[in-house]
Amino acid sequence: MRELQVSAITDVVERLCIEANTYLPGDVKCAIETCRACEDSAIAQGVLDKIIENYNIADKENVPICQDTGMACVFLEIGQDVHLVGGDLREAVDEGVRRGYGKGYLRKSVVGDPVRRGNTGDNTPAMLYTEIVPGENVKITVGPKGFGSENMSAIRMFKPSAGLQGIKDFILEAVETAGPNPCPPMVIGVGIGGTFDKAALLAKKALMRPLDTHHPDPFYADLEEEMLEKVNALGIGPQGFGGKTTAIGLNIETLPTHIAGMPCAININCHVTRHKTEVL
Amino acid sequence: MEKHITLPLTEELAKSLKAGDIVYLTGTIYTSRDAGHKRMCETLAKGEPLPFDPQDATIYYVGPTPAKPGQVIGSAGPTTSGRMDAYAPTMMRVGARGMIGKGARLPEVVEAMKQYSGVYFGAIGGAGALLAKCIKKCELIAYEDLGAEALRKLYVEEMPLFVIIDSEGNNLYESGRQEYLAQRG
Repeated sequence: MRELQVSAITDVVERLCIEANTYLPGDVKCAIETCRACEDSAIAQGVLDKIIENYNIADKENVPICQDTGMACVFLEIGQDVHLVGGDLREAVDEGVRRGYGKGYLRKSVVGDPVRRGNTGDNTPAMLYTEIVPGENVKITVGPKGFGSENMSAIRMFKPSAGLQGIKDFILEAVETAGPNPCPPMVIGVGIGGTFDKAALLAKKALMRPLDTHHPDPFYADLEEEMLEKVNALGIGPQGFGGKTTAIGLNIETLPTHIAGMPCAININCHVTRHKTEVL
Repeated sequence: MEKHITLPLTEELAKSLKAGDIVYLTGTIYTSRDAGHKRMCETLAKGEPLPFDPQDATIYYVGPTPAKPGQVIGSAGPTTSGRMDAYAPTMMRVGARGMIGKGARLPEVVEAMKQYSGVYFGAIGGAGALLAKCIKKCELIAYEDLGAEALRKLYVEEMPLFVIIDSEGNNLYESGRQEYLAQRG
């Protein structure tokens, strides 16, 4: 049994909040630059150039890529042979978010009550997901999530008879409805299967997967490629001004489900798809 | 067309701008988003004056990150404009005809734009670090308790924008996509 002080988790969460909001992952940059090279409309090229210039400024000047520095989604994969000591885990994660958003001059975008509102002033609480896995490490991923794109996400409980076509139509419908709102080019996370809540979590996890990877099952890997192509044929384009690049990536995650159902969730993200991981 | 314009956004200037124009904007603008708009509209409903003169004014829908020491402002890209649709016609009615944001608007906003010669500019969503570079002055003028949503007066130079919806109701989101799809065949 390995003992790990929760204060070590606080330190990592603090650092990851700042780094994720400042430096765009390499796979996302690569996808944007590949799309820029393929784009043939002048306005779309101009927008993508500005997007590239923007993340280069963030890199060089250590400033947030986007002013919506998001809700802090924190994923912990905790090895079952780890004993967390020295305090409350939930508190430790929130303290990391509090410090990261404070020291990093990140925007505090969380309200304490969904209906009555009121900013909490420190971007807490984190949206915390914990999973117990084999081993004695703790893997920490911070994925700040902006709400311009989160608001365009969707979930549907399909009848199994809707089949693959139902899912394909739903993806295109969600992207069409989102239109220019989620700051295209988007990244699309699709979760299929599980229960109502698990499908949504799968969609969020799909957004954390690098864009140069595919679902391990060739059936879904092909579906990822096919749907990315179909989304990009819609012509919405960068910022919705028309063009080839409506999305720079589409990842699918799946789980077994019930004989009576086929849940499907679509989590939309923008071109500032941020996440950073560290293992303790 | 590429245009370099200087505010205030007079009726004449507003009418000269067309959907699809690339605009570099210089002058004074005001920041406000959800909570600020709600408060401004409540103020107007009570018959009280706004914290700034709305005549020919332009409002930037933005909630910036806090400025680091030495910075004028933190990252400052646009937020989704649709959330301000409930308030935009009221703001135009009192003279604030310019709006800067991103994303679709409701038909009633477009109707108000036609009536009051409004212009809806798009800034590139997610380009907050780049857009902050155009902001040369930032002054907090009201609603400090709203934090990122407080009302700020900005002076911007050559801010890169696109005219998304013009005062005649033409819409780049519709025409840009149609042109692209037609071109692709």
